[in-house]
Amino acid sequence: MSLRVLVGCKRVIDYAVKIRVRPDKLGVVTDGVKHSMNPFDEIAIEEAVRLKEKKIAKEVIAVSCGPTQAQETIRTALAMGADRGIHVEIPAKEMEKLEPLHVSKILAKLAEQEQAELVIVGKQAIDDDSNATAQMTAALLDWPQATFASKLEKTDGELEVTREVDGGLETIKVKLPAVVSSDLRLNEPRYATLPNIMKAKKKKIAKMKPKDLGVDLASHLEVVEVVDPPTREAGIKVEDVDTLVTKLKDAGRI
Amino acid sequence: MVRGYKLNNNNVIRIRAALFNTSTHTNSEPAIKVQEEEHSGTQQPQATTTPKPKREPFVKNLFLGKFDKNVLAFPEVLDQERHELLHEMVVPIERFFNEQVDGAKIDDEAKIPEETLEGLKSLGLYGQQIPEEYGGLGLGATEYARIAEITSLDGGIAVTLAAHQAIGLKGIIIAGTEAQKAKYLPRLATGEWTAAFCLTEPGSGSDAASIQTSATLSDDGKTWTLNGNKIWISNGGYADLMTVFAKTKEMQRDGTMKDRVTAFIVERNYGGVTSGPPEDKLGIRGSNTCEVFFDNVPVPAENVIGEVGGGFKVAMNILNSGRFSMGSSGAGILKCVMKWAIEHANTRHQFSRPLSDFALIKEKFARMSVNIYAMESMAYLTAGILDGTQDPDCSVEAAMVKVFSSEGMWKWSSECLQVLGGLGYTKSYPYERYLRDARILLIFEGTNEILRLFIGLSGLQHAGLELRNLVKKLRNPLMNPGFILGKGIERFRQSKDNPKLDLGLSGHLHPSLMGGAEVLEYCVKRFQYAVETVLARYGLEVADPANQLEVARLADCAIDLYAMTAVLSRASRSHCIGIHKSDHELQLALFFCEEASKRVKIAVKDIEDGPFNSGDNVVTAIADEVLSNGGYVAHHPLTRTFW
Repeated sequence: MSLRVLVGCKRVIDYAVKIRVRPDKLGVVTDGVKHSMNPFDEIAIEEAVRLKEKKIAKEVIAVSCGPTQAQETIRTALAMGADRGIHVEIPAKEMEKLEPLHVSKILAKLAEQEQAELVIVGKQAIDDDSNATAQMTAALLDWPQATFASKLEKTDGELEVTREVDGGLETIKVKLPAVVSSDLRLNEPRYATLPNIMKAKKKKIAKMKPKDLGVDLASHLEVVEVVDPPTREAGIKVEDVDTLVTKLKDAGRI
Repeated sequence: MVRGYKLNNNNVIRIRAALFNTSTHTNSEPAIKVQEEEHSGTQQPQATTTPKPKREPFVKNLFLGKFDKNVLAFPEVLDQERHELLHEMVVPIERFFNEQVDGAKIDDEAKIPEETLEGLKSLGLYGQQIPEEYGGLGLGATEYARIAEITSLDGGIAVTLAAHQAIGLKGIIIAGTEAQKAKYLPRLATGEWTAAFCLTEPGSGSDAASIQTSATLSDDGKTWTLNGNKIWISNGGYADLMTVFAKTKEMQRDGTMKDRVTAFIVERNYGGVTSGPPEDKLGIRGSNTCEVFFDNVPVPAENVIGEVGGGFKVAMNILNSGRFSMGSSGAGILKCVMKWAIEHANTRHQFSRPLSDFALIKEKFARMSVNIYAMESMAYLTAGILDGTQDPDCSVEAAMVKVFSSEGMWKWSSECLQVLGGLGYTKSYPYERYLRDARILLIFEGTNEILRLFIGLSGLQHAGLELRNLVKKLRNPLMNPGFILGKGIERFRQSKDNPKLDLGLSGHLHPSLMGGAEVLEYCVKRFQYAVETVLARYGLEVADPANQLEVARLADCAIDLYAMTAVLSRASRSHCIGIHKSDHELQLALFFCEEASKRVKIAVKDIEDGPFNSGDNVVTAIADEVLSNGGYVAHHPLTRTFW
């Protein structure tokens, strides 16, 4: 059997950029800042493309929700080997209020429409660190979920997934169709080669709006404040362990 | 009124003859062969279908005081699709270089690891300018220049890639037959085969026309036998395909045999090709450089590139087509090194203040910025002309970019090292490696000395042709009174260093740059005057080795003129289209023009003064004594002649 795989990829501020909080303290500065594909989503795309190379998947569709620039992210996915893209257009203003629940509804609808049997997303986005989209998408579709995947294998009609959990590694079996979220050690994403970037120009990117999918973007969350973490204070050296324990007790830490 | 013109019709024709070397008396070609007006050597990007405008060579016309104002509109040759594509391509290449390239290790071991080369090949970097139909990326000059900004972050890799595609296989693209292209380009594009350019020999470096490697045609006319050896060949140790230049005999009309140069495609697997051990170099140590020996190598006749006997032109076209990218690669490296040095200057404290507070440090970063701005502007202006016009002749412009950028990189990487002081001098920081890598830039691809002469003499040759008409009028003053009068007034004003500024350049630039436009116009006029003076003074002897100092002065002026044009053009565009921080660009551009005009003023004055007053004769005299003495001449300061 050959799967159709839907992969979600998000355009986020590049991991190497030094973030600055906006003066209104409701977000960070994004204007003129370097953006790229969420690293965990790169891993997701890579896994999907590898499935295609192993002939387990027959088609990989890359989806991104965002403003016009999200197309750059989709094109990177296409250059890595995805077959076609879907751009769900959300204007820059509304991006700030986009929640995992909205994205999950969109992905669930698309998975149904496109008759995908596997949805892979990054475990979390490095801008909001929500770690919720995969789980919500699975719930909306009533599909099994395998999150924090560090290894993915297909057995008849099922997926055997090794998960990275706090206690170590856990291997589970999930029936298809399923939702998987990728963790760091799942694979090492390939570089988009220049010839592939050129070939990707010819691949199609379908455009649509959330309301075309019957998804409304009403907010359920409100951002109260965004601040820098407190600056690290200087430490003190102590002579021995006893003094250390005393100091910690005095500071109310233990 | 008309001062000192020694030009008459005969002299002008003789200058032309000398510079063209159309004389039939000599048996071999001269030391410096000035390239003729053949410019078939450029690769244009494939997207455009509308016919491109044809333009005259910009710098060559500056020698006549003719300024093509089209150049003041900084070119924008990429349409939106290609522009976006280029910027998409830049991303993975930058990542690869940041994550997978260990420059220190490559330099230390004098080797680029196999995995790194494989990575470069699979990224598609081996076929950047090979047309898409042969498996390459089909990039034009502008795109190639942009990518060079990244690939040159490691000197060894940069030279390996350039030796392969900018020169090694470029001959096939420029002058190859369909059959040759179809046979070789696909493998070269993927990097399955690597290419090398084999011109230089132990006895023939700058004097490329004097090569001794020979090729003899078999009686049945099907195979050439190649014999000789080449030196300083990049990728020579393992290249599968080499563009080799050899001497072939050509029957002249009068029945005598003359030596000409022919370009051949030689496969290593033809047999008889061996390579020497890799040279242990100061810099670009990751790049393989060695001798290559050809011992009775059989080369099929269909592997001749271009025409038999036409190899010299092929070589010059190849070299001219790759040179300009040194401007962008230099800018790319300097921007990187400068950033690191600034971070140091901002954080390192001495005398309770950061280094960046001190004017001597500030000056370095300021001048460096200006220099980088000029380098980039010239490179992309040249690339824009190459991509945007029909049959462009940018041989002189490309040479200028090379001279300016190589010297800029050497100087400013040294200054960045200086900012770090002792730390900069150690191997634990990359500055010394970038400095060592930069040194070769003044030597290869045509030494800067040769290129200055090429720039000067090409321009003089071009001017000499046009001046024939001028000379005719001068010889017939009574028939051309208005002209004579006008010319006389012009010469008089020039002698007072007060040329009439009538080019109207400021109309083509943003008003904020009016000061720069005036400065440029002044320099163009003074330069024209200097050219006329030099031609009048030397006539056909201008190409003589003894007169190089004056020719080089003209070249330096011309370089400054081109650089001024480029920075003004670019700054004007930036400001007009509202690019972020364009005010800073205006400042850089205007400052560059002020500094450049000071240099031009001095150079023109020296030319006007002539070798006696400018000190050239003294320079020659001192040199001659020292050289014939085999060393320094003055006796030791402690010498005594009496007690």
